[in-house]
Amino acid sequence: MENFITMRNICKNYIGVQALKDVDFSLRHGEIHCLVGGNGSGKSTLIKVLSGVVKPEPGAEIIIDGKVFSHLSVQDSIDQGIRVIYQDLALFPNLSIKENIAFFLYGETKSPIVDWKMVDQRARAAMEIIGLTINPDRKVGSLTIAEQQLVEITRSLVGELKLLILDEPTASLTRKEVNALFEAIYKLQERGISSMFVSHKMNEIFEIAEKVTVIRDGEIIGVYPPAELDDEKLVFLMTGKSFQTEPPEPIQGDPGNILETRALTKAGEFENVSISVKKGEIVGITGLLGAGRTELALSIFGMNHADSGEIFIDGKKQDISSNVVARKLGIAYVPEDRLSQGVILDQPIIENLTVTVFDKFVDKFGLMNMKKRRSEAGQMVDDLLMKISSLDAPMRTLSGGNQQKGVLAKWLATEPKILILDEPTVGIDVYAKNSVYELIKELAKEGMGIILISDEILEVLSNCHRVLVMQQGQIVYELTPGPDSADELLEKFNLA
Amino acid sequence: MERIKHSLSTSSAFLVYLLIIMIAVFTAINPNFFSAENFLTILRSSSYSGIFAIGFLFVLLSGGLDVSFASIATIGQYVTGTILIQIPGMPWPIVVIVPLIVGVLLGSFNAFMIHKLNAPPLIITIAVQNILFGVLQFITKGHWLYNFPKWFNQFPLTLVVSTTNANGVKYGLSVLTVIWFAVALIAAFILNRTIYGRRLYAMGGNVEAARRAGINILKYRIFAYGFLGFCSGLAGLVHTMVTQTVAPNTLVGNEFYTIAAVVLGGASIFGGSGSVFGTVLGVIIMAVLTNALTIMRVPAYWHQAFLGAILIGSMAVTAANSRRAMKKG
Repeated sequence: MENFITMRNICKNYIGVQALKDVDFSLRHGEIHCLVGGNGSGKSTLIKVLSGVVKPEPGAEIIIDGKVFSHLSVQDSIDQGIRVIYQDLALFPNLSIKENIAFFLYGETKSPIVDWKMVDQRARAAMEIIGLTINPDRKVGSLTIAEQQLVEITRSLVGELKLLILDEPTASLTRKEVNALFEAIYKLQERGISSMFVSHKMNEIFEIAEKVTVIRDGEIIGVYPPAELDDEKLVFLMTGKSFQTEPPEPIQGDPGNILETRALTKAGEFENVSISVKKGEIVGITGLLGAGRTELALSIFGMNHADSGEIFIDGKKQDISSNVVARKLGIAYVPEDRLSQGVILDQPIIENLTVTVFDKFVDKFGLMNMKKRRSEAGQMVDDLLMKISSLDAPMRTLSGGNQQKGVLAKWLATEPKILILDEPTVGIDVYAKNSVYELIKELAKEGMGIILISDEILEVLSNCHRVLVMQQGQIVYELTPGPDSADELLEKFNLA
Repeated sequence: MERIKHSLSTSSAFLVYLLIIMIAVFTAINPNFFSAENFLTILRSSSYSGIFAIGFLFVLLSGGLDVSFASIATIGQYVTGTILIQIPGMPWPIVVIVPLIVGVLLGSFNAFMIHKLNAPPLIITIAVQNILFGVLQFITKGHWLYNFPKWFNQFPLTLVVSTTNANGVKYGLSVLTVIWFAVALIAAFILNRTIYGRRLYAMGGNVEAARRAGINILKYRIFAYGFLGFCSGLAGLVHTMVTQTVAPNTLVGNEFYTIAAVVLGGASIFGGSGSVFGTVLGVIIMAVLTNALTIMRVPAYWHQAFLGAILIGSMAVTAANSRRAMKKG
């Protein structure tokens, strides 16, 4: 089949950095293509060239359906049927689903009068193609993120859609929602519409992509059918290094429990949960999203008081009535959703890193010792090998991986005895993931008790001493990771 | 039927109920309150507030804020008043159009400053309000304007529909009320039936998404603030017609009365939601309350306390409603 898009000699220079180096890229009609690469590899820039937001250096050639461009404007890109769906969705929460979907029609007609009948018809027609069965009169603000995403995909169908580009569409979706999304993408494929996908999640890449383009440091490393790839190879292609995930060092003797829960129960969330974590132990909790993992973690952290049951810290029974109490007891919790709960994006890095330990820097007059704070923040950055331009730069300027490290750093600053990590590697690249793993193991070696909550089976299996499976609010299984553990979990719980 | 059902469950419905309850209670306390004549008086005397409110709704919907509109209106009033006194023979269309143009220009200036300086609208419009009032005091030395031509005295007394009461005094629907309602109808049409209105809502809901959708943000800000400027000019004119004087400070403080009415009418202070119908109801409720309290001889300082209480009460209901809506999902 003929190519829909062929890109040749795409270069893009930013001051001091070459974001794209002689990139060639092509895409057929109806193809589902995945673009993978680490943070800062140039994949976003490539997408922006296609969407017309970034203008490539002279000499570039973009051929779309036989038409040759030296660069695309945003309007060109739209006219050629290219639509991009960014992670931060561009919907209007205060408007109805149908109006969101039909919004772009407003510019097409000459008449300034809105034809509500047409809005309704076009929206319903597009929703039918995607298989979206929500009442189109509902406000978009009342939908889940996954539903909103489908609304945005539906919207791109109004007008002429030929290529749909999705930037990390699955980062915050449950497995069921991912399936619905893939369903929608296949429906588009039936109509000859191509999709291009940016993702960090290996298993999804292998599941949906027909071709995988790997990009590293602004260069295309290669284009592969997913059958030729496996986790290890893909990681190697993306980073140029191979990572050997070492299992955590075994615990010597019996150091005693740092945390123990007995029959912890909260109606509708979790039931009869009795778990224990030794000093220096990494305990993984896995299971589907919605199994009650986060709720359990929050109740240990004092933010979701259990109805009944007991919590023992260091052998002593404690009533953790608030997160202030939890902090005093040496418990730290790194939330799943770092964007809304973990970092203050517009504040400087130094503020973000030290916000949990302001009292450490207060002198006897009640004033803050800025010098001490700066040196400690600098130390944190060094310890975690964070890449930053300056401590005073806003948190927003960091890549996802570095933001995540920042969240970790700020909690580590409280010198916790128990560290609870809720999905610590969502949305960060393999390289950053690996350094998070290294860090966790290092902390455990120093005697910290760690709970690692994750969807990714391989993540818990390769980094934990012990793995618990949670289902519908209960701990249903416990295992010590071994060579067959992954298959076992797949077979028993259909977890992959 | 579906539509009626739908509209009864919205926040506007709550306002209708609130208004009915208020009228029932006030009538029970003081039967003089319940008369067509009194209601028509309320509508006439709140017509300029009503026009302000509709303009302010546009700005609020766009995600903006403006506290300078009363000063813009006052500027318009002085321009009108000066023309009327200096050139009594000036044809009426010019007298009417000039303050509207002044309003649009000053409103657009607000939009322009907010956009170019990327500054919070509240700060910019506070600044503009101060500048306008300061300059006004300087130029006018605080002098009042009155003794306007006869046509200007007579026009606001025009009744579109009229009858006589038991004492033989003529009363009816004032032309000023009709002007207010005409503005409301046009505004409702713009907001609900034109792409400009829909884009204004969209921009107030998610300005970044609006930008990505190719909406020219500056243009739509000028549209919103300019429309408020237009309404300010018109409201100033109507106010002058009612009072037949122009003074530098009569409209001061009206900003907050208007903001309260619009928010009471269900518009979100954060932009993107609100309706003309709700806004009109908000103004009427505030006016009914003030009127009833006056009839009942409640001292004026209590009026403000009551208005505040009503506002907080309606916020509580709105919050409960939106929580329920979220749960229903």
